[in-house]
Amino acid sequence: MAANMMLEVDNIHTFIGQFHILEGVTVRVPPGSISVLLGRNGAGKTTTLRSIMGLNAPQQGTIRFDGRDITGKSAYAIARLGIGYVPEHRAVFKELSVRENLEIAARQRGDLDRTADMIFALFPDLKRFINLPGGNLSGGQQQMLAIARALVPDNRLLLIDEPSEGLAPVIIEQLVHAIRELAKEKTVLLVEQNFRVASKLADHYVIIDDGHTVEAGDMNYLIEDKALVQRYLGVS
Amino acid sequence: MMKQLAGNRNDSWVVIAGLIVAIVIFAYFSAGGNMGTFTITLLSGLLRAMLLFLVAAGLSLIFGLMGILNFAQGAYFMVGAYLAYDIQHPTSGVISLGQHIPNPELRFLVGIIVAIAVGGALGAILETVLLRPLYKRHLFQLVLTFGVSLIMLEGIKAVWSTTPYTWLENIGIQTQRFVIFGASFSYYRLFIIAMGVLLIIGVALLLRRTRIGIIIRAGVEDSEMVSALGINVRSVFTLVFTLGCAMAAFGGAVAAPFLGATIGMGNTFLLASIAVIVLGGLGSYEGTAVGSVIVGLAWATMEQFSIRPGVGSVWASITPMLLLALVLLLRPKGLFGEER
Repeated sequence: MAANMMLEVDNIHTFIGQFHILEGVTVRVPPGSISVLLGRNGAGKTTTLRSIMGLNAPQQGTIRFDGRDITGKSAYAIARLGIGYVPEHRAVFKELSVRENLEIAARQRGDLDRTADMIFALFPDLKRFINLPGGNLSGGQQQMLAIARALVPDNRLLLIDEPSEGLAPVIIEQLVHAIRELAKEKTVLLVEQNFRVASKLADHYVIIDDGHTVEAGDMNYLIEDKALVQRYLGVS
Repeated sequence: MMKQLAGNRNDSWVVIAGLIVAIVIFAYFSAGGNMGTFTITLLSGLLRAMLLFLVAAGLSLIFGLMGILNFAQGAYFMVGAYLAYDIQHPTSGVISLGQHIPNPELRFLVGIIVAIAVGGALGAILETVLLRPLYKRHLFQLVLTFGVSLIMLEGIKAVWSTTPYTWLENIGIQTQRFVIFGASFSYYRLFIIAMGVLLIIGVALLLRRTRIGIIIRAGVEDSEMVSALGINVRSVFTLVFTLGCAMAAFGGAVAAPFLGATIGMGNTFLLASIAVIVLGGLGSYEGTAVGSVIVGLAWATMEQFSIRPGVGSVWASITPMLLLALVLLLRPKGLFGEER
């Protein structure tokens, strides 16, 4: 079924400490698409991204990237396969300058030189504040830096967790535009609590509820299915 | 936010300036107004500061990056001193590693190199073999490093016994002295101060100007995120641990000519170094460098003050902890600390 999927997460179970957080999550991400994980707070969306990234390894189930089994591999090995991760709350290095935040993401000599023009075209503020510590940027600028950092190496899949969280509407619009632009060349899997943002961006959706995948499909259908949206996301 | 950060930093520098001025004034008072004694006290303080820095820098980087308070750090300092002593004194040493090296200058150099190599190797073994299985179990790591420090202590007792060793075979620079305001000071000690300053600058440049330095600084903030960027953080952990232990052993080796090699020396420097890194702000390199200078100066000043009749030498021993308490009252996160 999933021969042409870029990412296949198949029935994973993940524990954090003694807590069974994911109890059967399945996600399929086709190449060249934007997919979004939806669900209420605590449903397991962030843990799903962290499991894919190897930060909370699943104890059951499999994760395949480009047909290759990456289940249980360490985070750095998974990242090197071409997966970029933009975590919740950005996690920019506050003591490092914007330039150093970008430089550290390079995996090969020349990565930053090759991608700098594209990054600064998407996020002009980063060029202006290139020598400023990451911790001195505004929330929106930090989000831009976190996404830009994932663009420095040649990642084919981007995992972006809650890009709009805590940001002003005008900044969210800029980010939506940026994510659309970068999705022309990359595959994106988003976690997004804001349904309006998700519906503007995504081609496909997966709803996670209480650690299970409960629905998945084409985003256009979900936008029309008010009952489903109300039931699982509490949005009317 | 920028204003707040700048404000915090400015506050720190005000506290630092205040402390240093107070210590210098107290040093002048302790010296009874004698400029020679006063200058020697300050130079001794700087010497102590550089030795503290060699132990504390590793302690701070290891804690910042890995969350491990390495209680064995003092033992590495002690191992460095014993190895340097043994190699320099082939007739009175136990292993007599230096017996085939007739030139004492060369023996001293070999002693330092062997101390660095053994310290680094033991550090790498501790990190890769013993600590790695205990990642994220910080209490276990703490107990483990404490246990390793005891094992190293017993190992030293088994090889060299509990007898304190006094350095006898001085090389040229260790015998030469210069006079300042009528008081004399060893060129060797001045050389250690200069080398310590160069090392502070060198490590700072490593952290600021190189890719591995950027990775270490980022790892101190968020090692998980560094790993998610495709960097093998475990190998960085091993590198930093090895470097930290090698620096402590180097400190012991260069201190042996004036401190000798004794069983208690590791713990003395470990406790003072813990005071330094907490006072400076956990995980902050800048804080460790400044903290070393403050504690070193205060310690030497109290030693000078303790010479006075009726003042017990205990005041010098507890100075690092008293200073730590004072700074934490003024700045609970330390001079350059962040919330952890």
